[in-house]
Amino acid sequence: MSRQYIIRRLLVAIPSLLGISVVLFCVLALAPGDPFSEIAANPAIPPEVAASLRAKFGLDDPVWLRYLHWLSAMAHGDWGFSFASRINVDTLILQRLPTTLIVIGAAQILAIVVALPVGVLAGTRPYSIFDQVANTLAFIGFSLPTFFTGLLLIMLFSIKLDWLPMVYNAELSSTGWPWLWEQIRQSIMPVMVLGLFQGASLVRYVRSAVLDVVRLDYVTTARSKGIGERRVITRHVVRTALIPVVTLVALQMPIVFSGAIVTEQIFRVPGIGSLLIAAMLANDTPVIMAVTFVFACLVVMFNLIADVLYGWLDPRISYR
Amino acid sequence: MAGSTPASLTAERPAPAGVAAAVVPRKKARFSPGQEAWRRFRRHKLAMASSVILGLVVLAVLLGPLFWQVPINEIDFASKLDGPSWAHPLGTDDLGQDILARLLYGGRISLAVGFCAMMVAAVVGVLVGAIAGMSRGGVDATLMWLADLFLSLPQLPLLLLISYLFRDALTKILGTQGGIFIMIVVVIGGLRWMQVARLVRAQILSIREKEFIEAARALGASSFRQVVRHILPNALGPVIVAGTIDVAAAIIAESTLSFLGLGFPPDIPTWGRVLFDAKDTMDIAPHWALFSGGAIFIAVLTINFIGDGLRDAFDPRRVL
Amino acid sequence: MAETLLDIRGLKTWFATDDGLVRAVDGVDLHIDRGETLGVVGESGCGKTVTARSVLKLIDMPPGRFEDGQILWQGRDLIPLGQDEMDKIRAREIAIIFQEPMTSLNPVYTVGHQIAEVLQQHEKLGARQAMQAAVEMLRLVNIPNPQKRVHDYPHQFSGGMRQRVMIAMAMSCKPRLLIADEPTTALDVTIQAQILELMQEMKDKLGMSMMLITHAMGVVAETCQRVVVMYAGKVVEEAPVEALFGNPRHPYTQGLIRSIPRVDRAAEHKERLEAIPGSVPSLLDPPPGCRFASRCKYAMDICVRGMPPFKEVGPGHRVACVL
Repeated sequence: MSRQYIIRRLLVAIPSLLGISVVLFCVLALAPGDPFSEIAANPAIPPEVAASLRAKFGLDDPVWLRYLHWLSAMAHGDWGFSFASRINVDTLILQRLPTTLIVIGAAQILAIVVALPVGVLAGTRPYSIFDQVANTLAFIGFSLPTFFTGLLLIMLFSIKLDWLPMVYNAELSSTGWPWLWEQIRQSIMPVMVLGLFQGASLVRYVRSAVLDVVRLDYVTTARSKGIGERRVITRHVVRTALIPVVTLVALQMPIVFSGAIVTEQIFRVPGIGSLLIAAMLANDTPVIMAVTFVFACLVVMFNLIADVLYGWLDPRISYR
Repeated sequence: MAGSTPASLTAERPAPAGVAAAVVPRKKARFSPGQEAWRRFRRHKLAMASSVILGLVVLAVLLGPLFWQVPINEIDFASKLDGPSWAHPLGTDDLGQDILARLLYGGRISLAVGFCAMMVAAVVGVLVGAIAGMSRGGVDATLMWLADLFLSLPQLPLLLLISYLFRDALTKILGTQGGIFIMIVVVIGGLRWMQVARLVRAQILSIREKEFIEAARALGASSFRQVVRHILPNALGPVIVAGTIDVAAAIIAESTLSFLGLGFPPDIPTWGRVLFDAKDTMDIAPHWALFSGGAIFIAVLTINFIGDGLRDAFDPRRVL
Repeated sequence: MAETLLDIRGLKTWFATDDGLVRAVDGVDLHIDRGETLGVVGESGCGKTVTARSVLKLIDMPPGRFEDGQILWQGRDLIPLGQDEMDKIRAREIAIIFQEPMTSLNPVYTVGHQIAEVLQQHEKLGARQAMQAAVEMLRLVNIPNPQKRVHDYPHQFSGGMRQRVMIAMAMSCKPRLLIADEPTTALDVTIQAQILELMQEMKDKLGMSMMLITHAMGVVAETCQRVVVMYAGKVVEEAPVEALFGNPRHPYTQGLIRSIPRVDRAAEHKERLEAIPGSVPSLLDPPPGCRFASRCKYAMDICVRGMPPFKEVGPGHRVACVL
């Protein structure tokens, strides 16, 4: 894969990031009321002071100038101050982000580990009993909203069986191996909720991609080479079927992040998703804006990763 | 024939490549396209069963309150958190309110949100897709870039952000119920038009060069007329399929919002809201969460199956 | 009497479809001797390709199935063989190349990798040796600069070059039989001749037999020793090439030969190119009698009543027609 290709992809990502920032800013700018309406309404503050404050924060500037100010502040990492947590927003997010990424990453790995073999088996034996069962389960899997799955798992594993802790505890008292063990135990349910939801859609993507590839001429060529059915499937079918799957997975990322927010909220996982909900309930606007922007950046970043993977998987793309 | 992989298990089995096209003379069209679609839909057993179940759910939600005239907000602490009984078939909540009555009433709103949001998405999508497809050039490119941009927006955070910023203002203008309903419908719909727009545009691009459009142009039909008379009916199938899936997605989105406590207020018992209220007493009253979550699950699952059946019926070549 | 390599007897390959059973190959007999080139001709959909793929059992099952018959490879029936035993025959003893060079190669692997894969499997070569052998194979099929091209992907080759790669791949284990399924149909006319010539050259070099499937009678006349004419899933005539062109006996064969455009004759006699009227009957519900009867200008009552038996009309010349 050529370096040019990656650079080109990076350059394409910039307009999308800018576009997303415009959308976010528009939402903010269109919102009724402004942060200084309370100050203006407060009789203890003289109108001159209020006016100078407005001027200092550029609230009377034209919209595009305000956007540029906001953008440059965001780009500099100057994301404001959290009213609720009493620390800088960027520090707060940096504290929370790793947890979210670990949960999402583990869930993705779980989804791939489950969905890839199931989807390939279903796709290579279309209409078989296995295929029908897998397909029906996949439908049920992505029709179950994450918040409901989460509650069902809690009911089963925490309340009924009492195997797993109900909520995530960020300040575990133990250290060393017991700490790791607790960490794994409390991560099982959040990762399962997210991973199985994602895995369910992935099964269908993989199945249909495999179905499409299996009938192609070069698979018949591969069979005619006498290299064994297993090798035909792994080297020639799965390898090419992965190409469209990568794109579909990238398109799914916004849904995965939605699921992550819900999951973090249910299990009280201290990631940026639960931070977003907490900030909303506390009217902590700078945090809300920053987290939303971080989510947008993550989506763009995952799209970028998918593009690079795509180029790596498909030699026709990167040579163009 | 190649590449015509049926989406689901019950679709017609593809004939082997190279045999079907040449050897089997396609039977003379015995049915009109509509009948043919209906014939294919009927073969999808799960979709047929789902249609019946969803029909019953809709009927129950529309007519149920006429027969089950228990008030939704009658507080009775004597019978709070009771399990299912003859007086309360689905039990009661923590205020002793009848869950069946609440779910029947709330279901109207949950389903209406899903349907209306889909309509918003379909109208915006058809308009954008039609404009992009007919105009080509810069307008087309810009609109499609916009569609891609919207596809990479983090939907739930944005939904949360908008409802957080606009909730109070809209509530003031339109009242609690109306304001939040319209806001949620518009925002969910406004974040889901991209798929329909792409479908309509692709359809226009593929049909606009076909003879009957050429003929219409030769007869002096205007562009707008062409779109309405000739192209939209052809694009209808895929749009209906995408719309169906959108209904399910919108129901999930609304439930998620309500489940996070950021959607409808407690006096409007949408299914997600009921589940939100139920989640803290899962240990002593699991029926509460199970029935409300189950309602969402059944609605979403049946709609997804119907969407799958419709895809077989209208668009047997598409897989996802 | 030459040694018979492949002997197909009464082969029936049927497909279960939603509309019913398609009898794509419905009782085909043919044989190929060591060192000869057999042409199999017929219209699209007459069962040529299914016959060819049946030999290597490259038919998807289901929906396909072998209803009846034997495929004797050097006296051994291939039909009951399991996957593993078939894999020892594929590429090593019988190789096949397909019509579409643009889609027959996997787009995500280099051509060298795809050729080397065969060698690693059957010749038990190491990765480096196999790659070196792949370079030699590319050189053999006259691909310029093979040392470098071996690392290129299929999309970097033209159609004709890809078909050369396919030939190189098929030849790499020196098979005894090459099945070529319309190898030149998808190529430009100028390239067609080159590919045919290359195949002929390979055949002579390796002393193998060839089954050339085509619908172009001109190609048959140039390259084959014997010809089998198929129609609607059955063999209707079998003859040495001179006999077939000199004295075609089946009305369908006669029609095929008359449909060859001939520059010399057309100019002199203003002759019209003849097409055979009508189309191939449905293989879903084939008529009981001669399948060509509905398009045959000599058709009689007896033709629709029962399938006419094969009769010997000359040395090695057999025809399934009452005439």
